[in-house]
Amino acid sequence: MQSQTTNIMIVGVGGQGTLLTSRIIAKVAVDMGHDVKVSEIHGMAQRGGSVVSQVRFGEKIYSPIIKKGDADIILAFEKLEAARWLDYLKKDGMILINNARVDPLPVMSGKAKYPEDIVDKIKQHVAKTREVNATDIAVACGNARAANVALVGVLSWAIGIPADKVENAIKELVPAKALDINLRAFNEGYKLFS
Amino acid sequence: MKRLMIGNEAIARGAYEAGATVATAYPGTPSTEIVTKFSTYDNVYAEWAPNEKVALEVAAGASIGGARTLVTMKHVGVNVAADPLYTFSYTGVNGGLVIVSADDPGMHSSQNEQDNRGYGKFAKLPVIEPSDSLEAKDFTKLAFDISEKFDTPVMLRITTRLAHSQTLVEEGECLELGIKDYKKDAPKYVMLPGYARGRHVEVEKRMLGLKEFAETTDLNRIEWGDKSLGIITSGVVYQYVKEVLPHVSVLKLGMVNPLPEKLIRSFAQEVDKLIVIEELEPVIEDQIKAWGIKVEGKEHFSLIGEYSPELIEERIAGIQLNPGYGLDKQIPGRPPLMCPGCPHRGVFYTLRKMKLTVMGDIGCYTLGALSPLEGMDACICMGASIGTALGMEKARGEEFAGKLVAVIGDSTFVHSGITALIDVVYNQGTSTVLILDNDTTAMTGHQDHPATGVTITRQETRKLDIEAMVRAIGINNIRVVDPLNLKELETALKEELGRREPSVIIAKRPCALLHKTPIKERFYVDEEKCKGCKLCLKVGCTGIYFIDDDKKAAINPNTCVSCGLCPQVCTFDAIKVVEG
Ligand SMILES: Cc1ncc(C[n+]2csc(CCOP(=O)(O)OP(=O)(O)O)c2C)c(N)n1
Repeated sequence: MQSQTTNIMIVGVGGQGTLLTSRIIAKVAVDMGHDVKVSEIHGMAQRGGSVVSQVRFGEKIYSPIIKKGDADIILAFEKLEAARWLDYLKKDGMILINNARVDPLPVMSGKAKYPEDIVDKIKQHVAKTREVNATDIAVACGNARAANVALVGVLSWAIGIPADKVENAIKELVPAKALDINLRAFNEGYKLFS
Repeated sequence: MKRLMIGNEAIARGAYEAGATVATAYPGTPSTEIVTKFSTYDNVYAEWAPNEKVALEVAAGASIGGARTLVTMKHVGVNVAADPLYTFSYTGVNGGLVIVSADDPGMHSSQNEQDNRGYGKFAKLPVIEPSDSLEAKDFTKLAFDISEKFDTPVMLRITTRLAHSQTLVEEGECLELGIKDYKKDAPKYVMLPGYARGRHVEVEKRMLGLKEFAETTDLNRIEWGDKSLGIITSGVVYQYVKEVLPHVSVLKLGMVNPLPEKLIRSFAQEVDKLIVIEELEPVIEDQIKAWGIKVEGKEHFSLIGEYSPELIEERIAGIQLNPGYGLDKQIPGRPPLMCPGCPHRGVFYTLRKMKLTVMGDIGCYTLGALSPLEGMDACICMGASIGTALGMEKARGEEFAGKLVAVIGDSTFVHSGITALIDVVYNQGTSTVLILDNDTTAMTGHQDHPATGVTITRQETRKLDIEAMVRAIGINNIRVVDPLNLKELETALKEELGRREPSVIIAKRPCALLHKTPIKERFYVDEEKCKGCKLCLKVGCTGIYFIDDDKKAAINPNTCVSCGLCPQVCTFDAIKVVEG
């Protein structure tokens, strides 16, 4: 039962658009006929704190949250958050890291240092580390704000779900006027490593 | 068709399908979305009440009036509503009444992690606990039936994890119940001693009936597996147990008060070892022990915090916690912080600068207690700022009061600050009270309240005039200032603190996330003038940061919203408007 379950963790900083990403992936999983559970924490976390949403799908899902060391894929919207949640990744799991840096308060106020080489460090431990520059992709497609949908593309490729299924979900969940740019960003993301 | 829903939406849907036509609440994470969702349905009445006590009273009235009624609040909100709750338990209902208590193990966004299952025992209520969204919907419907059948308010107890997790739910048909008849029945609804004595007898009879019901209801069920271990659990923890211990026998309790003694006894007899797994208090475990049944529980698990599947795996199956990757890096924390442009920021900067003692309150502005603002001395519960300031003044004398302020948000002031301000006037305090009026309940996601003049369904209504009310209470010194104008704010504070009379300063500016306007001017740091003193970093804003190599501050154009606060803080005039 466990082996058929896919566990995805989406981490980032409050306000980066992680929620839309988990909703799109969850919708696709539902459309594909899976049992699905999603967990998100609202509240204090939205005020620029560290945020995590978790999507689990498969034949029968019990827990809405992923066990430490059990995530198949982690998608990190920010580098430091990739490091913070890394221990949730399976031993042979894949981590997708958006090449964005958002300084937390202790760094801004000089009380702590941002670990500059954090992605290299992660690479030393995780063979399947992929770096993405989602903002560049989005800008090339016409709007920096489509960065999160570019990441949906990368993630969909990593999970191995068909692009057309995700496009349908995007059409339902993304406002019509931004749709073209978002679909382009999605496809660029999807193609990036395939 | 099945659809993903958060637990909160499922509860709203369940109430709607059960024929509820009235819902009332005061917002509070993780309960807020329930009534927000309910307000979008057709032919129902939904409202934000000014606080939980009023919400429950409105709900009680609607129930006595014959409507099926939903009332929701976060766990600490039940404390505010406890007075009507205990006695409404005596009167019982007419239309079914379900009260949702949203508890927060782990304190994702709360000031304590009290376990409200305890209210079931003390207020003599049935308590029902779902474990996913589907059950949240179904159990809500059942709760209305139980409420009417046993003539009692029913508590639906949820936790953050259930409230905010999405699981698949099938929508059903709505019951068209209409409203029940209302007949005057003073011995049932007028709780003076002579009548209340009679009602207490009814309450105890009802609890016996509910105990019988608990033995047979589908809310409680046994899932047999390997009988060497039996687990008793409820809520979302049940899902964790199924995840990591798929082979054990489980008694899943959907009704956690009253508990089914016979069912538990027979389950205990069949298994070699019995363990209760419940977050927070040993509510179930203690009761089982009181019945003389051998059971384990809190010797394996903590009274503190939220549980997880891996925790249960470790404690029960003895599987070691995953050691992780051992990344040898210090990862700086990422505490929540005020948004760029937040009108609260300058207030706390100023309070700290003036070295005042600050009795705080609950809202986004509580973040003013954290580094680098560090502008708060105490914060206990909603509305406590004004009373604690008065108490501090009475303990330490008037001179101390010259350096003492209470700080409270607009929603919180309406919730429970008003009566304390009356106390200040009545008992001749000299406190200065700062009301941070950002025209919304920001912390919980921007709900309207009486002083915004807008209802839950976005209808305009008579707006509560805070200034006029404060005057009516008897405060003579009232000022309205712009919290982004630091000079004005500081002058007002100095003058009002100097008075041996109570004062109220209303710091008025809408939350930065409301009505966002395009940014007209941009700021930059003039490198010539910047001395690298880092004073501007003391405002703790993501819009300004320090470049170590240059030893200069810099504006982050992606986050800065040009609120104009940091230029006022800089003593070298180094933060300037971009020309042209
Ligand atoms: C009794 C109680 N009910 C609800 C809450 C949840 N809650 C925390 S702060 C807050 C109100 C915040 O509004 P306001 O005072 O206007 O401050 P703002 O967040 O807008 O700055 C609420 C509803 C609580 N902590 N306690």
